[in-house]
Amino acid sequence: MLTKRIIPCLDIKDGRTVKGINFESIRDAGDPVELAIIYSEQGADELVFLDITATVEKRKTLVELVKRIAANINIPFTVGGGISTVEDVALLLQNGADKISVNTAAFKTPDLIEELSNAFGSQCVVLAIDTKKEDDSEWYVYLNGGRTKTFTKTIDWAKQAVDLGVGEILLTSMNNDGTKNGFALDITATLSNSLSVPVIASGGAGTVEHFKDVFQSANADAALAASIFHYKEIEIPELKKYLQPFVNIRM
Amino acid sequence: MIAIIKYNAGNVQSVQYALQRIGADSIVTDDEAAIRNASKVIFPGVGHANAAMEYLRERELDKVIVSLQQPVLGICLGLQLLCNHSEEGDTTCMGIFDTEVKLFESSNLKIPQIGWNNIYDYNSVLFSGLNEDAFVYTVHSYYAAVNNETVAKTDYVLPYSAALQKDNFYAVQFHPEKSGKVGETILKNFIQLP
Repeated sequence: MLTKRIIPCLDIKDGRTVKGINFESIRDAGDPVELAIIYSEQGADELVFLDITATVEKRKTLVELVKRIAANINIPFTVGGGISTVEDVALLLQNGADKISVNTAAFKTPDLIEELSNAFGSQCVVLAIDTKKEDDSEWYVYLNGGRTKTFTKTIDWAKQAVDLGVGEILLTSMNNDGTKNGFALDITATLSNSLSVPVIASGGAGTVEHFKDVFQSANADAALAASIFHYKEIEIPELKKYLQPFVNIRM
Repeated sequence: MIAIIKYNAGNVQSVQYALQRIGADSIVTDDEAAIRNASKVIFPGVGHANAAMEYLRERELDKVIVSLQQPVLGICLGLQLLCNHSEEGDTTCMGIFDTEVKLFESSNLKIPQIGWNNIYDYNSVLFSGLNEDAFVYTVHSYYAAVNNETVAKTDYVLPYSAALQKDNFYAVQFHPEKSGKVGETILKNFIQLP
């Protein structure tokens, strides 16, 4: 049976992890590779590296980092953040990334998705959507790291993107992100039940029960979290042990 | 020295890194002499069956591959191209394994299959030392049907060939290079073949 996936996310700036992390076993808390190795040994099913480096020249550091990650970890990983061209993607994949995620650039130029899936296959193209529920109870797409509102409904954009060739959706609820009150079950379920591709839920994880809920009630294929893993509020082996009676999970 | 066949498919670098981690030297090459002289050959692949077969035929690498005498390991698309035919692009493949590659059809399961699934019914030295139902990482929309060369199975929509073996040809549908310790064991078993 295919299992539900647990995915820690690491924010990267200039080749280093940002946000605090709390791992005594790490010699250098800023090195993403050391953290990635620990997570993969603990049973993470995949990793996501989100590059928030602003400048183009410093993005070269990202390629060097991808190379080091690929050389050192034996599970799949996705790289995202500011990807806007086929060339960006080719470089990341050639250096060992398994998948890339696109967000704002794909929304502004949907043809990018088609180009990427034709060139590299749908299986390595992840669409990241930042979404927010407005007062009208509809979920809308936000761009530029959540700073720019659009008038496009999340379900419409997700469906269009699947038709264009994305292989997976990484859905982050801005209403839930950082709250530790649980994932956005309604929009996650809507997407997961109406799309033919896997949906990764993100934003709001605070307890092990939240993971159970997003898998069982919202039918998510994977769940992503950052700070609860970095601060060891939940550790992956304990989370998986908890989930095992409820959902298929890789132990 | 292990030769990893270079062609227009992704993921070649990941295979080389995985071999490095278990201490095996490899080269990525499309040179016939280098491939023939290698102790083992790995035929990886992520991509479209038709485009990949065309690329191999143009360079006559298809003829090289089917005539190899040393152990050969096909991975993912590599497995599919070693079968008779693939529905992906209605592609005639290399025909080492006497089976067809078909598109998963399901109204409720998502396609491609992406993630960790278990393998069972092992019948190959590739799986020596593994527990039954070991988890492997898999990403694919097409599958090779079960036949008498099937040496491990996975269930998704239906039971399909997770691995095939015939003479010196071995092939796995999943990605051992991304399958954690289980994948490392499988790669080690392959590189230790006589």
